[in-house]
Amino acid sequence: MSEALRPTDLAELRDAVAWAAEGRAPLAVLGGASKRGLGRPVQAARVLDLSALAGIVDYDPGELVLTAKAATPIAEVEAALHAARQHLAFEPPDLGPLLGAAPGRATLGGLLATNIGGPRRIQAGAPRDHFLGFQAVSGRAEVFKSGGRVVKNVTGFDLSKLMAGSHGTLAAMAEVTVRVLPAPEAVRTLLLRGLSDEAAVRALAAALQSPGDVSGAAHLPETAAAGLPAEALAGAGALTAVRIEGPEPSVAARGQSLARLLAGFGPTDLLADGPSRALWRAVRDVAPFAGAGERVVWRLSVPPSEGPTVVKRIARPGPAEAFYDWGGGLVWLALPPAADARHEDVRAAAGTVGGHATLVRAPESVRASVPVFEPQSEALARLARRVKEAFDPLGVLNPGRMYAGV
Amino acid sequence: MRMPEPDRAVIARRAEIAAGLAAIVGPGNVIADEDELRAYECDGLTAYRQPPMVVALPGTTAEVGRVLAYCHAGRIKVVPRGAGTSLSGGALPLADAVTLGMGRFNRILEVDLDNRCVVAQPGVTNLAITDAVRHAGFYYAPDPSSQIACTIGGNVAENSGGVHCLKYGLTTNNLLGLEMALIDGEVVRLGGRHLDPGGYDLMGVVTGSEGLLGVITEVTVRILRAPETARALLLGFPSNEAAGDCVGAVIGAGIVPGGMEMMDRPAIHAAEAFCKAGYPMDAEALLIVELDGPAAEVDHLIAKVEALARGAGATTVRVSQGEEERLRFWAGRKAAFPAIGRISPDYYCMDGTIPRKRLPEVLGRIAEMSARYGLRVANVFHAGDGNLHPLILYDANKPGELAAAEAFGAEILRLCVEVGGVLTGEHGGGVEKRDLMGAMFNEADLRQQERLKCAFDPESLLNPGKVYPELHRCAELGRVHVHRGETRFAHLPRF
Repeated sequence: MSEALRPTDLAELRDAVAWAAEGRAPLAVLGGASKRGLGRPVQAARVLDLSALAGIVDYDPGELVLTAKAATPIAEVEAALHAARQHLAFEPPDLGPLLGAAPGRATLGGLLATNIGGPRRIQAGAPRDHFLGFQAVSGRAEVFKSGGRVVKNVTGFDLSKLMAGSHGTLAAMAEVTVRVLPAPEAVRTLLLRGLSDEAAVRALAAALQSPGDVSGAAHLPETAAAGLPAEALAGAGALTAVRIEGPEPSVAARGQSLARLLAGFGPTDLLADGPSRALWRAVRDVAPFAGAGERVVWRLSVPPSEGPTVVKRIARPGPAEAFYDWGGGLVWLALPPAADARHEDVRAAAGTVGGHATLVRAPESVRASVPVFEPQSEALARLARRVKEAFDPLGVLNPGRMYAGV
Repeated sequence: MRMPEPDRAVIARRAEIAAGLAAIVGPGNVIADEDELRAYECDGLTAYRQPPMVVALPGTTAEVGRVLAYCHAGRIKVVPRGAGTSLSGGALPLADAVTLGMGRFNRILEVDLDNRCVVAQPGVTNLAITDAVRHAGFYYAPDPSSQIACTIGGNVAENSGGVHCLKYGLTTNNLLGLEMALIDGEVVRLGGRHLDPGGYDLMGVVTGSEGLLGVITEVTVRILRAPETARALLLGFPSNEAAGDCVGAVIGAGIVPGGMEMMDRPAIHAAEAFCKAGYPMDAEALLIVELDGPAAEVDHLIAKVEALARGAGATTVRVSQGEEERLRFWAGRKAAFPAIGRISPDYYCMDGTIPRKRLPEVLGRIAEMSARYGLRVANVFHAGDGNLHPLILYDANKPGELAAAEAFGAEILRLCVEVGGVLTGEHGGGVEKRDLMGAMFNEADLRQQERLKCAFDPESLLNPGKVYPELHRCAELGRVHVHRGETRFAHLPRF
């Protein structure tokens, strides 16, 4: 990839894709390149660098929507929202450090294209749930738009959902509109210590089934907890964390009732605002596995109650380190380096309970030979190929990023 | 409303098709008698009627697959149907199509409290899901006003909302998994009991696709713990502007109410006459603001909203002191449609969304249109998310009034788009807004949406004539013409 194309407006973006389509010269689509290491390696002639398509286009806090050019740095978006006491409720992670890139480079478009939400996923949804509309250039080099700039809209097919999680394989986004929400006034975290994975997930389920309006439910076994940055590490040993957010009087009252509810699992500590934010940032950014770059890292999405069983099954034949978010439904798994990333063990364990696994971090050679995303049934794979063809029939946008030919 | 020209050759095969379907679903589950077909001739948009060619009522996913494969092989169109409560004509039959009724899929398959989800067949009603988990303190959040009758499969097809969706989202935000039959009879599963399945989010794009992409045969939804408490404020204002200011102040204060509904003067008066909810008759605009959640939070926020309402000039401020009073506040709003039905022989319910701050201007222009068309209008409004439901009053027995109501409605929806909004917030495009799609999308936008349709249903057999004005042939849409740009490539910075 000797050369990068760096369009500065929509017309140039269209021309760049038209040029690639005419010459059948595939493009690797990048925003801030923080997640370049995620997905199958793309065989592309050139990089389509969208970083010049940046800047907030329209933000009206009262309407709860924000429109920005696709490669607007997430930091810029968050700063504007912070000034109006609002936020992106899906809690965008910064996976740069996990994937060997610098921190703080994620863009709004990249977050939407990969659809990876943070701990608040269980309460507020994923990026897809806040993605209201966009303008993009398809692999046919056609400018098109979908959705709208209002929070409630069912006009036409919801192509925003399709763009979310498509990893740039359908269209290159130029501009996006997202729903924004008031940021919570106060944050607290209830901590339980020393629980086994099974007991922890039961405690998290009890919290999630309560009327306590829990916005984070994570469990870090001892080894993962030891990998937390010092500011977030409230003590040695396994940590089970339940987050509550909202107006101050509400958070205080819910903290007390949840402590009573969880008393059977052990004594609870209440983490104050600052340390709470640091802890959840660390969980969100997969900080326990971000440092030691040698290990391969998997992300498993499973029915929450099955999380510990899945991890046990993978840890039986060989060493595995894990921690849990989403009440047990999201498992971050680190394994020693292996050419096959132990994908058969991992996928068998997730598949048994009806879940799925994504190989998030591995050397390029491993990601070229091991299916990075969950393999699909033949019927679904055919459908996915037809969807790809509907948007990018010549395969010029991130070809092969998700699956062979997609 | 012009529907696609019926295929006479298919209609001529009607008896043979009914027999073919009977061989799959059993003779007792095929309706071909002309009188019985009348029961299916419309949905909730009763202005348009067309008896189906034949109705098939499959009872299993395998039967759905076989019916679709049969229709696919014979190039026969299919219109899926849940309870037929669509307000946009999404389930309007076609003269040359099989209506596929999903009413026999009426069982809840599993309640999984540990993983906070319910697996249900698509013909289960929206409310029945909440009924199945209420004993454990849970509920299913999206609550369209037809929730007693509408089905969860239809909710998926329409991406249904309800008064609580500002806080809890639409159907799409509460869905975990789907089983779906494609037009060739193949059955696929999307998602499950886990979040964010890998691959393209086909579940996301099927939700709200109005029966154009596939037939839903099983649904897994997320259930939530019911809020500890809910309280409401009833607020009267001397003008629409003042009520709008109050809504802005609530959102500006960082409060997301469970529900925030507005009614204008005609709607207030109709509702009060119908059910004596105790609404202030001197108010130009009424707001019902409901806060739900932990009791400590609700009490705290009620006091804040009360102060904000007074600051915005509310002339009536009442806070519900018990469940009975809260329900009484809601009674008038929930009965708004039947209340209008009592003061007018017919009414036509519109469903645009606008940026909330444009509300006073939009209501002013709707009032002008009302005078111009000579038709009365009452407005109810999901104020938090900008979803406006003008109810146009007309009499179908008076010559020209239906056509005038349709023209009035279309002008309102064009206005919604003009001020930065959209054609439909929750009712769907169906046949109703089909011909208005061009007001919101250009040719390239529509062609790209149609190409997605082609990926699922290349012969356009599933629910044709709905949502999109005129479907192009998939072969034509699939051709690639790359147009060279005007700025040309030399202008692009390289490094």
